[in-house]
Amino acid sequence: MVKFKLNGRDVSVDVPDDTPLLWALRDDLDLTGTKFGCGVGQCGACTVLVGGRATRSCITPLSSLEGADVTTIEGLDPNGKHAVQEAWKDIQVPQCGYCQSGQIMQAVSLLKDYPDPTDEEIDGVMGGSLCRCMTYVRIRKAIKKAAAALRKEEASNG
Amino acid sequence: MIKRLLAGAAAIGAIGGLGFLYYAWYPPIEPVEPPAPGSFSAEQIERGRIVAAEGYCAECHTRTDMGGGPELAGDYKMDTPFGAIYSSNITPDVQTGIGNWSEEAFQRAMHLGVSRKGVHLIPAFPFDHFTKMTNQDVSDLYAYLMTRPAVHMTRRANELPFPLSLRILQAGWKLLYFSPGVYKPDPRHDALWNRGAYLSEGNAHCGACHTPRDFMGAEKKSAPYDGAVVDNWIAPPLNEHNPTPTTWTEDELFQYLRFGVAPLHGPAGGPMSPVPHRFLSTVPEEDVHAIAHYFADVGHAAEREKHDKAALARAMEQSKTDLIGPSVDPDAKLYQGACAACHYNAAPSPVLGRPDLALNNALWLSEPTNLYQVMLHGLTAEEGQTGVAMPSFYNALSDQDMARIAAYLRRTRTTLPPWTDLEKKAAAVRKTVTTIPVNSSH
Repeated sequence: MVKFKLNGRDVSVDVPDDTPLLWALRDDLDLTGTKFGCGVGQCGACTVLVGGRATRSCITPLSSLEGADVTTIEGLDPNGKHAVQEAWKDIQVPQCGYCQSGQIMQAVSLLKDYPDPTDEEIDGVMGGSLCRCMTYVRIRKAIKKAAAALRKEEASNG
Repeated sequence: MIKRLLAGAAAIGAIGGLGFLYYAWYPPIEPVEPPAPGSFSAEQIERGRIVAAEGYCAECHTRTDMGGGPELAGDYKMDTPFGAIYSSNITPDVQTGIGNWSEEAFQRAMHLGVSRKGVHLIPAFPFDHFTKMTNQDVSDLYAYLMTRPAVHMTRRANELPFPLSLRILQAGWKLLYFSPGVYKPDPRHDALWNRGAYLSEGNAHCGACHTPRDFMGAEKKSAPYDGAVVDNWIAPPLNEHNPTPTTWTEDELFQYLRFGVAPLHGPAGGPMSPVPHRFLSTVPEEDVHAIAHYFADVGHAAEREKHDKAALARAMEQSKTDLIGPSVDPDAKLYQGACAACHYNAAPSPVLGRPDLALNNALWLSEPTNLYQVMLHGLTAEEGQTGVAMPSFYNALSDQDMARIAAYLRRTRTTLPPWTDLEKKAAAVRKTVTTIPVNSSH
């Protein structure tokens, strides 16, 4: 039995220790926004946040998350209006959409570390998130738009 | 003439033998009724809790295989080069633990490595360190242990081959290697340093893992804190031979020992992880400061610190190299896909939670052991930086993939010669992983 926080609420899941987090999310907790891509941590489609850090859920054992704080695409914002999601909609980033929840989660953690990211920083952090529709140009544009929005938000809060 | 010489030699041998027996023999100490929990003050028990935490008693006296065991009830399996041995039950159970040990018997065990019955203890129990503890600390520890729940549990039998199984031989080991005596403060140093040295050399027994051992299993006095292989990990050197490019300053050591992650070195993993998380995060902060202060000196931090700025700048520059130049390097691509999303850093210094591999111990050690261990196991949210996890690449990367990433990082992130036989070593480390962390076939 593993107990952890998922999108702000306490959950416990009773599965074998070596079950990947992604399996528990999709099959046991009915959160299917997180996608299965390659299954070996090489494509980024399954990315969620653990303790605020982007984490590949397909190769992260659930048993390693005792007490951790997990956020999926469903928990990013109660109304699905996180600045990154808004930028994604404005720029119309997705084509087929399959990799996009992973892209968004990775972008959210990127912007926490680099609030005003250079192209180099975007490539450095996002380079492990693959998109077969080649939406990379729009992803970069949306990240910059979201960064500007978040900085503005930050300034008005501060 | 020859006869007389032989007779003389025999006589000397006999006297020597008798002398050894006299040296080796300790009387049993009479069993006692277990002391009533009320016979210890709450303050003393609390002091004892701290002593127990600073000595990590529960780590080696709690079974971890076979689904684990009750705390302090022993039967922890230790693989030594001489065979597997199993730790003792140190709960106050009368039959299987230390319930009928008087404090005198407990003091003798800690200071001299002899059980209540007068049997020599195997030095896997680091009495060569505990001998340095004050009587007061041992007394407080006794109070703490005697007020824990008694657990009736017998440990498995040691698997030491004859004649190593003869406990009398341990006395010979002591004769050669063991110098009993409480820690004596070094007047050349201040109180903080001496407190740190007292804890580190004594109760915390840091050298038990970080000092290499000789063929008799004794810590090499000529190479203190030179690093050693422990439980299929490398316990890195803590002295001037520590190879990390930035200094283990007092502050870095404190962050690492107290919270499990040093911003400019990385997280505590493997057998080191419980040291901060299970133990040193629960003791008075000033004790952790003292240990950090002491090891900053052991590691010659003051002389090394002046190079840190350049080392950090160099590391940050290297973090970018994956993206520069001909993008055909397939090893760089592999690294970028598997690792960079979390490990990429931009100047001026690494983000906490993005351990920068150019600064990480694992890449600068003489072997890739620790790098491979972390790749295969990942880190749980309770290890390293609390609340953050690293996935397990056990099924994601083949031995060949791991070897390519290791070679690539060693080449681009360090100034050291390449590691050799990387694929073979990846297979060897993989073999030591007995419980595969993650399995996608559920």
